[in-house]
Amino acid sequence: MQRTSDQVSDAKRWGAGALVFAALAVVGGMSNAYVISLLTIVLLFTFMGQSWNLMLGIGGQLSIGHALFIGIGAYAVAILNIKYGVTPWIGLLLGAVIAGFVGAVLAWLSFRFEVRGIYFALLTIAAAEFARIMFGGWDYVGGMQGLFYQAPGGTMDLGMLRGDARFYYFVALALAAIGIAGTELISRSYWGYVWRAMRDDDEAARALGVRTFRHKVLVVSISAATAAIGGGVLGLVQGAIFPDSIMGMAISVDVLIGPVVGGLGTAFGPLVGSMAAIPLHHAMGALGDSLGLPGLNSVAYGAVLILVVWFLPDGIWPAIVRLYGAIQLPARGRISQLRKVEE
Amino acid sequence: MLSLWLNVIASGVLIGLVYGLVALGLTIIFGVMRVVNFAHGEMVVFGIYIGYWTVRIWDVPIFLAAAIAAVVMFVFGYLLETLVVKRFVNRPHHYQFIVFIGLSLLFSGVLLMSFGPDPRPTASQLSFQTVSVGPLTLDWARIQAAATAGLLIAALGAYLKYSAFGRSLRGAANNRLGGLVVGLNIPRVYAVTFGIGTACAGVAGALISPLFDAQPYLAVDFTLLAFVTVIVGGLGSFGGALLGGLTIGVAEAIAALMFTPSMKTALPYALLIIILIFRPRGFFGAKDI
Repeated sequence: MQRTSDQVSDAKRWGAGALVFAALAVVGGMSNAYVISLLTIVLLFTFMGQSWNLMLGIGGQLSIGHALFIGIGAYAVAILNIKYGVTPWIGLLLGAVIAGFVGAVLAWLSFRFEVRGIYFALLTIAAAEFARIMFGGWDYVGGMQGLFYQAPGGTMDLGMLRGDARFYYFVALALAAIGIAGTELISRSYWGYVWRAMRDDDEAARALGVRTFRHKVLVVSISAATAAIGGGVLGLVQGAIFPDSIMGMAISVDVLIGPVVGGLGTAFGPLVGSMAAIPLHHAMGALGDSLGLPGLNSVAYGAVLILVVWFLPDGIWPAIVRLYGAIQLPARGRISQLRKVEE
Repeated sequence: MLSLWLNVIASGVLIGLVYGLVALGLTIIFGVMRVVNFAHGEMVVFGIYIGYWTVRIWDVPIFLAAAIAAVVMFVFGYLLETLVVKRFVNRPHHYQFIVFIGLSLLFSGVLLMSFGPDPRPTASQLSFQTVSVGPLTLDWARIQAAATAGLLIAALGAYLKYSAFGRSLRGAANNRLGGLVVGLNIPRVYAVTFGIGTACAGVAGALISPLFDAQPYLAVDFTLLAFVTVIVGGLGSFGGALLGGLTIGVAEAIAALMFTPSMKTALPYALLIIILIFRPRGFFGAKDI
């Protein structure tokens, strides 16, 4: 996993990242409303995918219930803003704190008796479903009818985070950039090394004096908090939140498809994966609707997921890097050398 | 009042046996292959559609419908394992999750395309017949479903315990490498295991078809219900699946009596969280997952 990212020099990688985001900013300035709104969702899922990636790709803990944290974030922002007129900035902060706390409690419950792996994963999905049903039956948060934001009415207001589609596109773009850079920075920090050590060998990490229990709780909590921020913005972008759509299993699945399809544990994987998967899902939905076949998008999306995991087990991004390496190879041979050293 | 409670608990036990059968399918597959089948609910829904066709349209008795579902779904599971699942058995859980989510989307899409989104009422004459035993008044459909499920669970338990194939299955579950060393045909064991697990879900679906309208969207609920059941009982444990099913069935029935409908659906998850606090691996969970 790390191999692909260690192949290219630092300056080049940050440069390439800056270039990609500059290009995306230009796209945002030029494209029509449909492309913008689709790309906004892609970028938000890139950010949330990074948060999921942090938990599994670096921390080694599988969550299949990230919708719980995303939903908490969305509801925190919506309740404060719609009911009390509080700025979403406070809502995002509060949502992150609550989600971080919930994540820490879940992790604490699970890891305190060394319950991990698939048990923890199932616990996350059970907690998400429990929350979804509870929110659906809770009148204060609108129950199944959900909560609706007032239409922004064309004015752009950074203090209240309200604006048109293009405004949210740039908010999402900034979030995605922060997510990618943040993942990169965290994975090189002390925590990053500790987390990867416990991901690869829990007992060895403990033998070296790492308090892995605390660090597992920490990584889950941080991942939950960042996912909640993404969820808060997602709710604002969609203009309305319902328990079934913001806390449903489909969100948990969409969040992890980006990183897995794009390339787990890589900085760009979630972006590439979301870019590939989400437009495909939308296109298939549109095709199914126009043909009058409501199940077609499910079938096509399901088949593509299986095929990607089947034929590109590392994901799309590492495959691109390998291809790039193969083109560069005759000139420099750097990648093959590095790979030899690592092997 | 007492007879009301007795009735509720009895009907919870009856449906709990069927839940137990669904969970058993999931837990057998997990116990042997260490794979969590996230498309398990779709198998139940396939079973419900089989029940719909056979009972409602062709008017065969429910026992025969269950037998048809068992054969069809066994073959389906066997083929699915050999063609797809096999390639992902040794991959990390998140890859398996994606594959099974892919399968689940694929299957529910196919169901949606073939039958449409509208629920098909499977209620027949059978759904409204009741039987009175002392203070109890019970659905005849539920009794039949529970009796068939109970018999099947017992038969499967005996088969796994005493037959030669059962021994090799338990051997493979216990130690895959050891099984290979003593010459077990592991790929075949895996395929048959997946077939059995799928057949359990399919039969359970056929058995409850008089109680549930056939509808593609039910699948997710059944998948989650099966997860909750097996975690409560202990992932990979035969007795745990049964006990988990009974617990969830009774708890759901009591919740339906005491709380609002939405609380009834939330209760299994609440129960799960409570169980995880006090007994993190469920009633009979394996130590090392």
